[in-house]
Amino acid sequence: METIKLKIDGKDVTTTKGTTILKAAKEFGIQIPTLCYLHLEDLNIENKPAGCRVCVVEVEGRRNLAPACATECTDGMVINTHNIRVLNARKTVLELILSDHPTDCLVCAKNGICELQTMAQEMGIRELHYQGEQSHYREDTSPAIIRDVDKCIMCRRCEMMCNEVQTVGALSAVNRGFMSVVAPAFEMNLDHSVCTYCGQCVAVCPTGALTEVDHTNNVIRALADPTKTVIVQTAPAVRAALGEEFGLPAGTLVTGKLTAALRRLGFNYVFDTDFAADLTIMEEGTELLNRLNRHLKGEKVALPILTSCCPAWVNFFEHQFPDMRDIPSTARSPQQMFGAIAKTYFADKIQVKRENLVVVSVMPCLAKKYECQREEFATDGNPDVDFSISTRELAHLIKQSNIDFMSLPDEDFDNPLGESTGAGVIFGTTGGVIEAAVRTAYEVQTGKKLENVDFKELRGMEYIREATIDFDGLPIRIGIAHGLGNARELLQDIKDGKSHFHAIEIMACPGGCIGGGGQPLHHGDSSIIKARQKAIYEEDRNKAIRKSHENPYIIELYEKFLGKPMSDKAHHLLHTHYFDKSKEITVE
Amino acid sequence: MGKYNMHVLVCGGTGCHASESETLLQNLKTEVLEHGLENEVQVIVTGCFGFCEKGPIVKIMPDNTFYTEVTPDDARVIVEEHLIKGRKVNRLLYTHPETKETVADSKHMDFYKKQLRIALRNCGFIDPENIEEYIARDGYEALARSLNELTPEQVIEIIKKSGLRGRGGGGFPTGLKWEITRKSVSDIKYVVCNADEGDPGAFMDRSILEGDPHSVIEAMAICGYCIGSSIGLVYIRAEYPLAIERLKTAIAQARDYGLLGEDIFGSGFNFDIELRYGAGAFVCGEETALIHSMEGLRGEPTVKPPFPSVSGYFGQPTNVNNVETLANVPPIINQGPEWFSTIGNEKSKGTKVFALAGKINNVGLIEVPMGTTLREVIYEIGEGIKDGKKFKAVQTGGPSGGCLTEKHLDTPIDYENLIASGSMMGSGGMIVMDEDDCMVSVAKFYLEFTVEESCGKCTPCRVGNKRLHEILDKITQGNGTREDLDRLRNLSHVIKDTALCGLGQTSPNPVLSTLDNFWDEFVEHVVDKKCRSGQCKALLQYVIVPENCVGCTACARNCPVNAISGERKEIHLIDQSICIKCGVCMEKCKFNAVLVK
Amino acid sequence: MSHVKSLADLRKLKEDLQGKMSLREKSNHPESMVQVKVAMATCGIASGAKQVMEFFINEFDKRNIQAVVTQTGCMGYCYAEPTIEVTVPGQEPIVFGYVDTKKADEIIEKYIKNGELVEGIIPVKYQSIEINKENK
Repeated sequence: METIKLKIDGKDVTTTKGTTILKAAKEFGIQIPTLCYLHLEDLNIENKPAGCRVCVVEVEGRRNLAPACATECTDGMVINTHNIRVLNARKTVLELILSDHPTDCLVCAKNGICELQTMAQEMGIRELHYQGEQSHYREDTSPAIIRDVDKCIMCRRCEMMCNEVQTVGALSAVNRGFMSVVAPAFEMNLDHSVCTYCGQCVAVCPTGALTEVDHTNNVIRALADPTKTVIVQTAPAVRAALGEEFGLPAGTLVTGKLTAALRRLGFNYVFDTDFAADLTIMEEGTELLNRLNRHLKGEKVALPILTSCCPAWVNFFEHQFPDMRDIPSTARSPQQMFGAIAKTYFADKIQVKRENLVVVSVMPCLAKKYECQREEFATDGNPDVDFSISTRELAHLIKQSNIDFMSLPDEDFDNPLGESTGAGVIFGTTGGVIEAAVRTAYEVQTGKKLENVDFKELRGMEYIREATIDFDGLPIRIGIAHGLGNARELLQDIKDGKSHFHAIEIMACPGGCIGGGGQPLHHGDSSIIKARQKAIYEEDRNKAIRKSHENPYIIELYEKFLGKPMSDKAHHLLHTHYFDKSKEITVE
Repeated sequence: MGKYNMHVLVCGGTGCHASESETLLQNLKTEVLEHGLENEVQVIVTGCFGFCEKGPIVKIMPDNTFYTEVTPDDARVIVEEHLIKGRKVNRLLYTHPETKETVADSKHMDFYKKQLRIALRNCGFIDPENIEEYIARDGYEALARSLNELTPEQVIEIIKKSGLRGRGGGGFPTGLKWEITRKSVSDIKYVVCNADEGDPGAFMDRSILEGDPHSVIEAMAICGYCIGSSIGLVYIRAEYPLAIERLKTAIAQARDYGLLGEDIFGSGFNFDIELRYGAGAFVCGEETALIHSMEGLRGEPTVKPPFPSVSGYFGQPTNVNNVETLANVPPIINQGPEWFSTIGNEKSKGTKVFALAGKINNVGLIEVPMGTTLREVIYEIGEGIKDGKKFKAVQTGGPSGGCLTEKHLDTPIDYENLIASGSMMGSGGMIVMDEDDCMVSVAKFYLEFTVEESCGKCTPCRVGNKRLHEILDKITQGNGTREDLDRLRNLSHVIKDTALCGLGQTSPNPVLSTLDNFWDEFVEHVVDKKCRSGQCKALLQYVIVPENCVGCTACARNCPVNAISGERKEIHLIDQSICIKCGVCMEKCKFNAVLVK
Repeated sequence: MSHVKSLADLRKLKEDLQGKMSLREKSNHPESMVQVKVAMATCGIASGAKQVMEFFINEFDKRNIQAVVTQTGCMGYCYAEPTIEVTVPGQEPIVFGYVDTKKADEIIEKYIKNGELVEGIIPVKYQSIEINKENK
């Protein structure tokens, strides 16, 4: 690669041709502020519309200022990143953004974690010299996501996520000039659009324009109701990220403190979604082997089988590939399996009526909010899972309840729905569900004991991965995709008859649940997601049992209640069916 | 033929009118009558000859004699010498300023080179829906010669040598653009004709497409040959239905004649053209936004580089040229680059079409060599300001150009000079303003347009222009302060410095140029709360003229806000802080004692 | 019509066409045709050029005048639309502005029939590049 020399703020800088000014400066310790720019390096996600113009710098000899994020260095360039011309321009631009932004920061969902707020503070904005009309739009509330569009600063990160990464196409810029804003087509409501509620838009929004629907008050109300027994389940990815909300470095496992905190919040039972993940493996793994063996016998069955634990992914194929809805596994997601078992088996066990049992889930996900509101997951109008809150909401709940998280002791989950294996834990990362399935399916299919449960070939961060696992002479071809755009590729291959896989794991969010829309904000630092992944595998390694079918409480559940995997009862409680939603897009 | 065998044409333009052409006309008619020529000679008034500085003008037909500076007293000599004896009156003939020779025939006068039609050569001359008329006027000759006798490199060299630059406003050398696109390696390349003419008041591209569509088709094919492309796309606004219709007809005819399609002129070169319609967004005239719009995306500009020549339509090398630029290409090839480069001045070659509009007598489309002065365009070709009013400013370059004044009138029009004066060439809109125009309102008007047309992608344009407009509005409402003037200036500079595309970078031009050239008027608005042209209604003041006021109290009784005080039979007074400028007092006063100023 | 396959083809075609056009334009023969060009760009049409063109076609027919009426593009005199150019055989082409049907009638009766000029003449103020110059 060609090396070039330039000067940034008087410093001699050497970089390779094609490097942006922003990057070259960063390598030499010069932090040029950015707002619309977003780069999740490990995930190869970049947003650089060069629209906010906060990162402008002076390039000598150039007529106007250059956006550092989108201007490539050239040999001999002389750059000033903070002379008076640049500072005046940058501050003026920031003031302009602020002049069209509500100033209700104290009651904003993003208060304290808003990138615009931080920048205003860092740039020392004390006065707005250019005030005037502010743009107003109606607020849009969906089952999972709230759009408070007045706070949109047109950074277009959400649009990039929704269109380029997820290929969902629910959000794009509409209108012109001062009235331009990111919205669903025809400015319809999100719940009338193709939105999957994956929440990646929320995960990257620098301001309070996109936030989750807050269900913490519903939880507080349930906990305060003496007639209710309130139980909680917490997803695998939560324990690998919650610590960040309390100042711990990314990748710190806080399973014990999380359990303790939930108990102190007043939940009657603190359970683990990982238990339900083990249960999922029993059902989904059985279904996989079932289809596989019928296929081997020459029957015509739908293969590859696709995982179905990700609710945004389910929404995606219901909207975009409705004709292929017989391919994914019919197994419900762990959240919903948990709810179904809790409100039948467990309710009976503790002798609490269904309507008096409240199931709360803590999820790294916003689509889970929508999932638990789906009609098919309710009995007589009583949902299997009553409320789903995100990792971020749980952190707020803990803080509100005067719990000093950092000084909490490590505590264990309650039984019987709190016991899990390493296989359940790795559901939180891309590659984890299929690895968990392989651990069980191998032993069931071959009848042999698996010595090494670490399938490293299924792990990683590459968007589309594939591996062939040797089932004692039978090669099982496995595909993995995370990010819905990548899922689309595999799905399109199946549609075109080009797919050679037996099983495919799909997670909607880049990185899997650890990168979910309900997780603490990464603010563009993809190393955070990588650290969470490391933590998940660490938790798996430390587990005594690492195969779902060896979970004693799972064995007990089948013995005492369900019979065997795919039994009628299991079907009724643990499986579902999918809908054609391609026609559900409405324009008001 | 009819009864008259001679015609005397007397210029009836404003300029000549001012120098007694009316009396001259009467004298000529009297002389003709007195000499008994009324059955042979017809004396008639015509429109302006455009040579007002040498007026009044008299033209004798059919011999095309052109007399200048003819006084009413000259009527007799013209009739007696020229009409009767057939001898030209030498002293009235136009004398060439340098050679000092007299020129009898107007066609050979330098003056008529003031307007030289290259791009508009066929407009108003041929039937645009008949390819044969185009062919009869050298049509497709340049394409045939390029394909049969020249290599692409040679054609590019011709265009480079001619000095042709982009007529859409940017002024980028056309030949260089073609060369860069040629050098971009790709199997698929595109030739795009930018016919998204968006400047309010500019319509030269429409006129060319409506009047001479084949010139654009031919040039696109030549460009395709040069850059190695077989696909041409015309991005045209859907609001130009006639241009679309003519273009479609022309494309179909060209295909019928084998001038589009496969193996054109037996050279093995294939080229065809498709149309793409724009929805009328001004920003889509910017080439990256145009390309995104063609791709079916939101019409928004992106950062350059990469330039379209390297990565354009669907990521392929794309050469984008404006309609007027393309219309210049065939004549350059036919007549040679040397010919073209003798027209114009040092850095700007050839001609430029302008759409004259505003307070000017001859509103219309003109084509002048580069380097022509604004004075020549406004006073000679445009025949001066309407109703004899005083010239105040001329706005060039469309909504994001600047307002130039009296002191710029002798500036030669070219890319560099216009930018140096604080304006720009733009696509060639030229709007003339007179003393009745308020420059703050003018700046506000242009900002209104850019606010409306901003795509909203970058902050300075999306919010900054809105704020500029708000401040200007505040000033015209009489609520401006001195600080607002500083704010205007700083914000304008920041927008120019930080906006993403040409639209944003130039949108503050009307503000900055009016601030620079009409500072006093701004100060009057904010300090004295006065608008000298009376356009800012909020700044009008109703005052009582003490000499006329008889103290009848009619005004005070009718004032809806009790702003008028004064005892019966005493002089009344209007409290300006209360007055809402409704004008009732003026209406009710029978003594002309209420004045608005 | 046939495809133009070479430069020679094109030049041959051009010559033929020029012959046709010059017959129309330059003949001194009094019986030869009058040519009227109507500026039919958007601006002209908006100010009524279509009606004027129809009027000419119909009236020439009714009044038995040998004439050809064609459309053309914008002449640039937007202030004086609709504009037309009238070429009477043997005469210089003359451009008239502000032509409505009344004016058109006057032009037919006075100028075309009698050679008497009518008001509304717009002197041509520009040069066009030379066409059909010997190519290098």
